[in-house]
Amino acid sequence: MSGGSPTPAGTANVVAVDGASMVFNEGASNEVDALCDIELVIRPGEFVSLIGPSGCGKSTLLRLIANLLSPTAGTVLVNGKSAHQARVDQDYGMAFQQSGLFEWRSVEKNIELPLELKGWKKADRRARAAEMLALVKLSEFSQHMPWQLSGGMQQRVAIARALAAHPSLLLMDEPFGALDEMTREHMQSELLRICAAAGTTVVFVTHSIPEAVYLSSRVVVMSPRPGRITNMIDVPLGDDRGEDTREDDSFYGLITEVREALRASETSDPVGGSVRGIEDR
Amino acid sequence: MNVTKVLGIVLPPVVVGAVLLGVWQLVVVGFDIQPYLLPAPSAIWSAALDRLGAIWDAMFVTGTNALIGLIVGTLFGIAMSFVLMRFQTMNELVTPLAIALNAIPIIVLVPVFNNMFSSTTEVPRRLMVTLIVFFIVMINVAKGLRQVAPIHLELMKSYAASPREILVKTRIPNAVPYLFTALKIAAPGAVITAFVAEYFGGRQNGLGYSITSNAASSRTDAMWAYVVGACVLGLVFYLVSAGLERATSPQQQVGGLAPGGATSS
Repeated sequence: MSGGSPTPAGTANVVAVDGASMVFNEGASNEVDALCDIELVIRPGEFVSLIGPSGCGKSTLLRLIANLLSPTAGTVLVNGKSAHQARVDQDYGMAFQQSGLFEWRSVEKNIELPLELKGWKKADRRARAAEMLALVKLSEFSQHMPWQLSGGMQQRVAIARALAAHPSLLLMDEPFGALDEMTREHMQSELLRICAAAGTTVVFVTHSIPEAVYLSSRVVVMSPRPGRITNMIDVPLGDDRGEDTREDDSFYGLITEVREALRASETSDPVGGSVRGIEDR
Repeated sequence: MNVTKVLGIVLPPVVVGAVLLGVWQLVVVGFDIQPYLLPAPSAIWSAALDRLGAIWDAMFVTGTNALIGLIVGTLFGIAMSFVLMRFQTMNELVTPLAIALNAIPIIVLVPVFNNMFSSTTEVPRRLMVTLIVFFIVMINVAKGLRQVAPIHLELMKSYAASPREILVKTRIPNAVPYLFTALKIAAPGAVITAFVAEYFGGRQNGLGYSITSNAASSRTDAMWAYVVGACVLGLVFYLVSAGLERATSPQQQVGGLAPGGATSS
């Protein structure tokens, strides 16, 4: 958190992944090395994108941090405690490619759900839901049902829900993947505004190079079989990014740098070929 | 909905029905068809008016059997669906059996029930309806409790929700539309079952009995009058269950779409 309070040594990192490996179906004939010896440290306030071709384990790494999966080797710490404890404490919020709204709950009730499970009182929940709806600019839709909203609006509700408990960490798995290009760019700017306002640390899985560069303070490049981190690229575009950033020469320079890092990670792959599942636009 | 819109929906089928009745009347009178083959609608109408009280009593008997079986079968079906959800092996054992039972005409069990229980009570008929409704409700509700969107389960896990919270806040609401779909199938099925069960003997009071006995004594106009009563009873059951489904479906609660339209399912 960027709260300024002194943090004891060892808990300063929001995420600390140490030697984590993930093998699915271990010992079986269909064994898959999803992740191999991952080392990743994320500091408070960082916006880190995980990028790589399909099957590089970027979503698996996100699920390890979320404790939706447990690593077969190594450790994952979130806010200085085990990923399991962090999940139980609801230290993070999560958003997926699909909004995953509960269709029998109104927009407001969807946002209140994580707070309900935390045992918040009704009045507090209502107040926080109103605050979150204002943040994602959907206040007038609080009583609507999810199916009455467009895809982009549903995704904004899902982000509001993920942030409702004011988590220090936001985990996002291709949250804008299903949106059209215009909505997507708009949502990217909205996300930066929201996270800057709340001082939230973000881990963001994407397969779009421009999206990763536009959003991130750091881009983590991954390669498949087995999934591993091959490169980390700092993105010094500053905190005040807007539509002008997308036209900037340094923006294009960084896109090229990430693309070349992805190509380089591919050449180390004996199977070779083009970079699959990566968008250059 | 305004009056013209309602008329636009209701009027066409009513007109078609009236035309069909008119053609029926003309054919019977024009070709001089004998009443024991096919009575004219006018003859059926006067036969129905002659025995309105008796038809009402018969509808009440058959309708009560259907309603009791529907309620008891639904309650047991819901209870059993929770058991199936909780125990995977139970589900693997029972569900294929239930589907197989649904595919065969288990209504032929009525004579067996008539033997097992006294055929001077309504128990065999009500039991038959209960059994039919039970399987329909059980299979559908168990499906609703189990087939929860994986993203919803993942979200609930990320909120560290307990199994009980997942049940109450995810599985049960997910199963509600499945229950009403089951009721929409089961309600007319209950009437048909209650009605056909009377064909297999037992007490001489319901619609099914009255139709067979009037047919046997060649009172075709009276038989058709009871058939009309059976149609009305089936329609009432269907309309009530369809109305229940409509009232509980989330898509009906708020009118109008937000700009951009809907994309969720």
